[in-house]
Amino acid sequence: MVRYIIRRLLWGVFLLIVVCALTFVFFRIFPTGNPAILRAGRDPTKGHIEEIEKVLGLGKPLYTQFWDYLKEVFFHFNFGYSYYNSESVVSLIRERLPATISLTLGAALLWILAGVSTGIISALRRHTLLDRAAMGTALVAISAPEFWLGLIFLFLFANDIGKVHLLPGAGTYVGLTYDPGKWFTSLIMPWVTLAASGAAVYARLMRGSLLDTMNEDYIRTARAKGLPERAVVRQGVRSSINPIVTLLPLEIGLLLGGAVLIETVFDIHGVGRLAYESISDSDFAVIQGTVLLAAFFIIVSNILVDVLYAYLDPRVRFS
Amino acid sequence: MSAGAPSPDGEALLRVEDLHVEFPGEDGNVHAVDGITYQVAKGRTLGIVGESGSGKTVSSLTTLGLTRRQGAKISGKILFEGRDLLSCSEEEMRSIRGNEIAMIFQDPLSALHPLYRVGKQLTETVLTHGRASKRQARERAVELLGLVGIPDPARRVDMYPHELSGGMRQRAMIAMALANEPKLLIADEPTTALDVTVQAQILALMEDLQRELGMAIVIITHDMGVVAEMADDIAVMYAGRIVETAPAALIFSAPEHPYTWGLLRSIPGLDRPRGEALVPIPGTPPSLINRPSGCHFHPRCAYSQPEHERVDPALEPLPDAGEHHVACLLSVEVRRQLWRELQAGRRPQEAIADVGLAGEAGP
Repeated sequence: MVRYIIRRLLWGVFLLIVVCALTFVFFRIFPTGNPAILRAGRDPTKGHIEEIEKVLGLGKPLYTQFWDYLKEVFFHFNFGYSYYNSESVVSLIRERLPATISLTLGAALLWILAGVSTGIISALRRHTLLDRAAMGTALVAISAPEFWLGLIFLFLFANDIGKVHLLPGAGTYVGLTYDPGKWFTSLIMPWVTLAASGAAVYARLMRGSLLDTMNEDYIRTARAKGLPERAVVRQGVRSSINPIVTLLPLEIGLLLGGAVLIETVFDIHGVGRLAYESISDSDFAVIQGTVLLAAFFIIVSNILVDVLYAYLDPRVRFS
Repeated sequence: MSAGAPSPDGEALLRVEDLHVEFPGEDGNVHAVDGITYQVAKGRTLGIVGESGSGKTVSSLTTLGLTRRQGAKISGKILFEGRDLLSCSEEEMRSIRGNEIAMIFQDPLSALHPLYRVGKQLTETVLTHGRASKRQARERAVELLGLVGIPDPARRVDMYPHELSGGMRQRAMIAMALANEPKLLIADEPTTALDVTVQAQILALMEDLQRELGMAIVIITHDMGVVAEMADDIAVMYAGRIVETAPAALIFSAPEHPYTWGLLRSIPGLDRPRGEALVPIPGTPPSLINRPSGCHFHPRCAYSQPEHERVDPALEPLPDAGEHHVACLLSVEVRRQLWRELQAGRRPQEAIADVGLAGEAGP
């Protein structure tokens, strides 16, 4: 098990180098703009641009530039500096990450709880009005674009523009350490918005998975033993929840790389917004940093899924 | 102790009377069990034999009250120690299941929960019905695994089902069923998924345990070899009905129903000459939604006569052997002549010609 994880981690490092190389190719070899010009401000002189190119190392051969970048990333944890405002990419991300983490983890908690419990109830009360209503709502939640849903929530419940002044609206996010109460209330709408489609997907998955499981022979065995129905259902849930729980880290990993739309609608300055801004500014160092961060989360969550799967299902063994 | 004798028997542990089980479906009702009557006494073994889809499993699941939630329409009586299980509440049934009546299933791998250790699956049976502490339950689990002949039970109790061999899994299933020393064990194809050598071990184990614990067994199988080994009485089921029932010895020495002949003649025997052809039962089991008219077996019966398509035979005792019941429209004399011919190694068509039966209606 430990050896397996170590092997996966080494593989992950290799993948990150590949991602580095790809972003390098995309943004340095086929650039959409000259970083030196961007950096130089308005009406720069030719000499000024050349000077900046020298400072940024843009004149060196590409493989040297790439090697320098890798060295900085892996040995000094330095992802370079924003061309735009000279801030280090690491500190930019560090500043933005807590908002994204708050948004993602809160929403994930919400959607797994809501999705799984709705799915279980729907499966147990299959074909009842309750089941149909829940699955109908789920279909709507899956189909609704999240930015649209977010705007609807703002329109209905925001303190400033809402029909009912209920919750803090866009741009009210503050850090957890700054004011936990405000942090919480400002995130309620973003959480619900982000969780809506997730909960709907999980509810449908859970319902289907549990319905399949309840037809298994071992559920019949549990009943034949005279277990109370509650215990029988628990055994069914235990098996049917595996595929759902193991899906969760992947989605969280994906969102930690930046929930661009939700962050934009609710004006939360998270990693997603950072990526979006850096792309519009051709701020390559920052783009590369955010891409690497997203890749990192996805690689880690993949490893987590495999470990979790082995933990949840004893039949899975590493080789 | 006849299995199907309609005469009431005070000593019967389980007595099923005129049981009907129907499942409503979109294409029509599925008549899974159509008026069967049987009984099994304390410490005895009843074998229910038939092809898949003959209703043998459904009747047993109904005994345990496990077909109720599938929306089955059930009528008749299932008397267990004189108490009608069909009128018991779900809660009462729950306290009987796994406690007084236990059941084991065909494929032990799919019948055991893959994500729970064997020990946990054993202790939950003990804990559900007993007043044991967790530690006592665990000790009982180890003891039970030892009882069913699993070596090194203290270690195996912490294993997952997939870590055990097929035979050991079925032993674990049996251990689970025996946890509360049931009065009746229903074994649904307990050896079908196992290797032949392991099959014999499992059957021997069940017989040993029956002697030791004095429980009655209902064994459901399609395999005449299995009932030959285990059963005191045999009921042969076809299309939801019992077509023949008798003490085991009689079923093998003097079978009366053409379907039973088919079952007996379709098993290869080491004691038969090598060149002798097996006689498979032609065709497939009938649909239980639109059952054949008259005798349900007539489309597959080599000896069927034109009127058999219209007349539905009743299960009746033989004039000379009261414990032997059969539902067949052929006369006793013709049946016995046919069976003698078949015994002598003749094919059904030859037997028909020899007996002088009109054979054109048969397949």
